[in-house]
Amino acid sequence: MADAVLEVRDLCVDYATRSAPAKAVERVSFDLHRGEFMAIVGESGCGKSTLLFAIARLLSPPAELTGGDVRFNGTSMVQLGEKQLRALRWRDFSVVMQSAMNALNPVKSIAAQYRDAMRAHDKHLSKAAIEERSREVLLLVGIDPVHLHSYPHQLSGGMRQRAMIAMALLFSPELILMDEPTSALDVVAQRSLMTKVKELQERLGFAIIFVTHDMSLVSNFSDRLAVMYAGQVSEIGPTELLFSDPKHPYTKGLLDAFPSIYGERVELVGIPGSPPDLSDPPGGCHFHPRCGEASERCASTAPGLYDLGDRQVRCLLYADEGTDRG
Amino acid sequence: MAEPTATSDGALLEARQLTRHFRIGGLRGHTLHAVDDVDLRIAEREIVAVVGESGSGKSTLARLLAMAYRPTSGEILYRGRPVGALKSRKDLLAYRGQVPMVFQDPFSSLNPSHTIGYGMLRGLKLHQPQLDRAGREAEADRVLEIVGLVPPRRVMARYPFELSGGQRQRVGFAYALSYRPRLILADEPVSMLDVSIRIGLLNVMARLREDEGVSILYITHDIASARYVSDRVIVMYAGHVVEHGPTEKVLHESVHPYTKLLLSAVPDPRAKVAISSADLGEPPRVIDPGEGCRFRFRCPLAQPVCGEVTPRLTATGLGHEAACHVTAPDRATTSTGSGLE
Repeated sequence: MADAVLEVRDLCVDYATRSAPAKAVERVSFDLHRGEFMAIVGESGCGKSTLLFAIARLLSPPAELTGGDVRFNGTSMVQLGEKQLRALRWRDFSVVMQSAMNALNPVKSIAAQYRDAMRAHDKHLSKAAIEERSREVLLLVGIDPVHLHSYPHQLSGGMRQRAMIAMALLFSPELILMDEPTSALDVVAQRSLMTKVKELQERLGFAIIFVTHDMSLVSNFSDRLAVMYAGQVSEIGPTELLFSDPKHPYTKGLLDAFPSIYGERVELVGIPGSPPDLSDPPGGCHFHPRCGEASERCASTAPGLYDLGDRQVRCLLYADEGTDRG
Repeated sequence: MAEPTATSDGALLEARQLTRHFRIGGLRGHTLHAVDDVDLRIAEREIVAVVGESGSGKSTLARLLAMAYRPTSGEILYRGRPVGALKSRKDLLAYRGQVPMVFQDPFSSLNPSHTIGYGMLRGLKLHQPQLDRAGREAEADRVLEIVGLVPPRRVMARYPFELSGGQRQRVGFAYALSYRPRLILADEPVSMLDVSIRIGLLNVMARLREDEGVSILYITHDIASARYVSDRVIVMYAGHVVEHGPTEKVLHESVHPYTKLLLSAVPDPRAKVAISSADLGEPPRVIDPGEGCRFRFRCPLAQPVCGEVTPRLTATGLGHEAACHVTAPDRATTSTGSGLE
């Protein structure tokens, strides 16, 4: 696809364990268009963060990329060495980690950390230029530049997370990968961060992959949604469509898992059971032991990813309706 | 502590003008007002939610009620008796067994080097000394089954690292339940869990009330989950109660601007939200706050009076109370400070 900033093809990641390797990411494919906001949702242990790390080439043992390709602006990331990757990171794509408290260096001021990142790409940048750009990005995320010389512990949780996002914007990258950036924040701070991210994305035009376990969080923000279960994409399509007309029983389960402040108070059931052990996933469809719509063949036949035109879904219920994309 | 009956009006636990300040910052000390002048009452078989963002004082409130902190002023009454008067180890132990706490973080609140059964049986030995070994094991089986951890014997043999976050949090409720509590103080029990797991635990809380008759004080920043389980909601901001009443009233006829902010922050695909409503979400200012409404710095409706006089809880005429000069004006010059009825 011509306007794809990122093409992920059949990506596989295994975690080496004493017994069989755990397949954390199993043949995941998608394209991310320029300026697109894509969300990846799923429960803990579904492989969503591993997928993000694999794309950013940040995996470390025991995780290992065992197959597939990631093309960033047409260049295969899988082939790149550390040095080439270092040239891309921060400048062309950046990563915002889950816990800003741990991602920021506690003994360096925000200014010093921004300076490090910028000097890593251009040793000859002047002090004034660095200072100016640092102030700019802080203003972008809505932090008063007086905090430039603050240390992480002097900022609130929401501000730290925004300072991380500001750092990711230093070079105006084309792609920002976000791993649950709001999970440590309370509802109000979470909302304001999401609003800020969306506003910046529309203004600056970068693409986002946003990983979260809370499907409701991205409902008003993302363009496309990929639901992951046990290392595989179980449904992928436009966000609005997946919310208004979910097909996969797992997507339906996730949608029924959070209470609403509107409408009748109804009893919810959530999704019974817990996600499978990835080194020994159930045969057939990985989701069948927890699925309310499972039939006998679900235990024996692994479903493909069926293309229904408006979305792709990995469920045997739709095997006859669409073409298998693997 | 013998079983005194609840007070005639049915309050199991009551707090009156409960206040907790922390001194911070060395010699030229400042005072952090974590909880200021909070009245509350919880009846038998009632689930009350305390909602507010980080720094609103809701966890401090739970710790005060659990007697983990001593109040700076104000008092707590359990079944009509002041808990400050409980001095003997036996009485304190009895109180802590009847009003146990469940913590936020299931990854650090269980001892990693002992099995679930070890912690459970030790707690039972302490809080129910009349039971023999077989009795303790039967009790452990009973409470684990209630919270949905089956088969109980297999769960008892496990170490915390062998359980998922949701299972660990169920263990927390099982521990609390094994003391035969009357009121469980649940401090953000689901906020660290996956969304898909949370609802199961909220259902456990609802079942504890239905089947075991336990009251629950549910502390959360998520007003949607508060609506799901609670009968009444108390909204806190910067140590003050800003709105209080029956859950549906507070949610659907809310008058306090802070409650409205909390409601607007709930992510809900069924609601079309204006993306532009960016509140910067600065945490409440609670260090030497002085007089005045503590929400005024963020409030779209703030008036000069809000910086001068601290608003008191006032009946809104809609069946609940709010502390706001603009939306719930206090007609009487001397407020009665009615408390949370």
